[in-house]
Amino acid sequence: MNSRYLPLLATIVIFILSYAACAAQYPNMLSTRVAGNLLTDNAFLGIAAVGMTFVIISGGIDLSIGSVIAFTGVFLAVILRNTAIHPLVAFAMVLVITTAFGGLMGAVIHYLKMPPFIVTLAGMFLARGMSYVLSIDSIPIEHEYYSTLTGIYYRLPGGGRLTLIGGIMLIVFAAGIFLAHRTRFGTNVYALGGGVQTAELMGVPVAKTTIQIYALSGFLAGLSGIVFSLYTSAGYSLAAVGVELDAIAAVVIGGTLLTGGAGFVAGTFIGLLIQGLIQTYITFDGTLSSWWTKILIGLLLFAFILMQKAILFLSSLNKRYA
Amino acid sequence: MSSSLKALAIRLAPQLIALVVILSLNFIMFPQFFNIVVQNDRLYGSLIDVLNRGAPVALLAIGMTLVIATKGIDLSVGAVIAICGAVAASSIVSGNSLAYTLVVTLAVGLLCGVWNGFLVAILNIQPIIATLVLMVAGRGIAQLITEGVIMTFNDPGLIFFGSGSFAYLPMPVVIWLLVGAIVILLVRRTALGMLVEAVGINRRASTLSGVRTPVLLMAVYMLSALCAAIAGIIVAADIKGADANNAGLWLELDAILAVVVGGNSLLGGRFSILGSLIGAMIIQAVNTGILLSGFPPEFNLIIKAIIILVILIIQSPALQSAAAFFSRKPAESAGMRVEQPK
Repeated sequence: MNSRYLPLLATIVIFILSYAACAAQYPNMLSTRVAGNLLTDNAFLGIAAVGMTFVIISGGIDLSIGSVIAFTGVFLAVILRNTAIHPLVAFAMVLVITTAFGGLMGAVIHYLKMPPFIVTLAGMFLARGMSYVLSIDSIPIEHEYYSTLTGIYYRLPGGGRLTLIGGIMLIVFAAGIFLAHRTRFGTNVYALGGGVQTAELMGVPVAKTTIQIYALSGFLAGLSGIVFSLYTSAGYSLAAVGVELDAIAAVVIGGTLLTGGAGFVAGTFIGLLIQGLIQTYITFDGTLSSWWTKILIGLLLFAFILMQKAILFLSSLNKRYA
Repeated sequence: MSSSLKALAIRLAPQLIALVVILSLNFIMFPQFFNIVVQNDRLYGSLIDVLNRGAPVALLAIGMTLVIATKGIDLSVGAVIAICGAVAASSIVSGNSLAYTLVVTLAVGLLCGVWNGFLVAILNIQPIIATLVLMVAGRGIAQLITEGVIMTFNDPGLIFFGSGSFAYLPMPVVIWLLVGAIVILLVRRTALGMLVEAVGINRRASTLSGVRTPVLLMAVYMLSALCAAIAGIIVAADIKGADANNAGLWLELDAILAVVVGGNSLLGGRFSILGSLIGAMIIQAVNTGILLSGFPPEFNLIIKAIIILVILIIQSPALQSAAAFFSRKPAESAGMRVEQPK
């Protein structure tokens, strides 16, 4: 058994066990309605988490995504209110902006040799500040095309709805898995996470890959912002505070090593579902307060970090006695 | 002594210049900026306000400097502020004495530090992730303590730490000056500071040369959490209540920023607590200046981002090596060329 797959396997086992435990208490949890809502409610977080997975596999971190999501929402709301631009054109515009923003952060990280943590922290302030400048009020989006988009859904057997934004998230995860395991870019990302110097000596274009990784994260944060604005039908500069932490938690719970170099996009999906499941369970229960979500996610994070440590320790033992 | 003072002045020159520039900008936009008056046995004025409002970030920056000097980072301090504020409020509300409340609050803060230190020093988890656990769970714990409401109190003893005054200075200013002075004396008059730097530069080497690394790391994270606990008391006393959701929100980022603005490298090693404190004051002077000048506060974050970017570029290793290349003396560079063909 390859120890690489152990964290992923453990995540899947924990998810199945906890889903079974929830379903045993509340049989309704098994319905496709709950599953559909789980996907819809976590769509924006999932899309952003895919970008975060790539960043963390490469050994970096991106703190700016929550702010970029808020900026995207405010930008769309302002554009759609003040101009006659079609939403699809506005979507394209905002994706170009956020992708360029991410790429720029990647360039600063690489060329100025700065820690990603502090560069993306500056990016976080900048994006949040830009959305404040655009508007400090919550602006509703009342474009009829928005209601068309939010009205699209696929009826699952059992009455559940796979909404457009839930579908987008699934497509993004599928594309992310393809990108990570079947393309040269994906291989480069893993190589970079294994060690920048090693990657450079192997001929990985470090500059290009670093910029591409953060551009991808920026693009997905923008897409996540679009989904979030569809989900809330509004743009608000204080929205999506702390989403980056939820995304990091989903990635870690999904079995990606924070030291970089190892991890799976599919694991992030399970990590996301576990977080969503905790929230759904608390909603079903009704007596537990919402702050238990945070405490439980914190405990899960801790458990997974410990497990990763244990696995690394065991695999080093194996190597020694092999 | 005078030579070390001179070295200190050179080390802190960029920060001092930045502070002076920002303060004079404030003065140009708001001529009454330097006016200080005495009322009710306490100094009032914008300058005092900068010192006062900057207290939480200054306190956090003291602990954060040492954590960063060990090549670590403490993301949990904002959550620790929320937890300790909640503990202080709930203890005083349930009728405990002020002394008991303070001791319990600081003890809870130390406990948070022990947790972080345990993860980093004993379990060898990356600091950013280890402290992320408490950052995520901490606010939940704080809400658990306050039972989800903003717990208000009106105990004059506790409120004194937020709005009282001592020797004409507001109490928060007295506290951060005192804590700063104690910690600076502690690390610079003993070998502790040097050992912390050694751990930050090369943890393995310092362990091998006999530094008790786990103990030192544990102590550093405990100090950081203790500073956060003191800041938590000040923040709660200031608003006469514990707000588990918003107390200390994003202050960890401000504190890290203060440390970086203070000229400390995030990669660990040499550190200057004085620099970080000046950094905290620079950040607060910017905030106050933006408020006073009538600029929309929306620009606050953008200006902060630009300041970080400028400081990053100045500190950037890539730029520094370029600068070193150009400022090298010809003879020296010739010598270098022989050693390093590159």
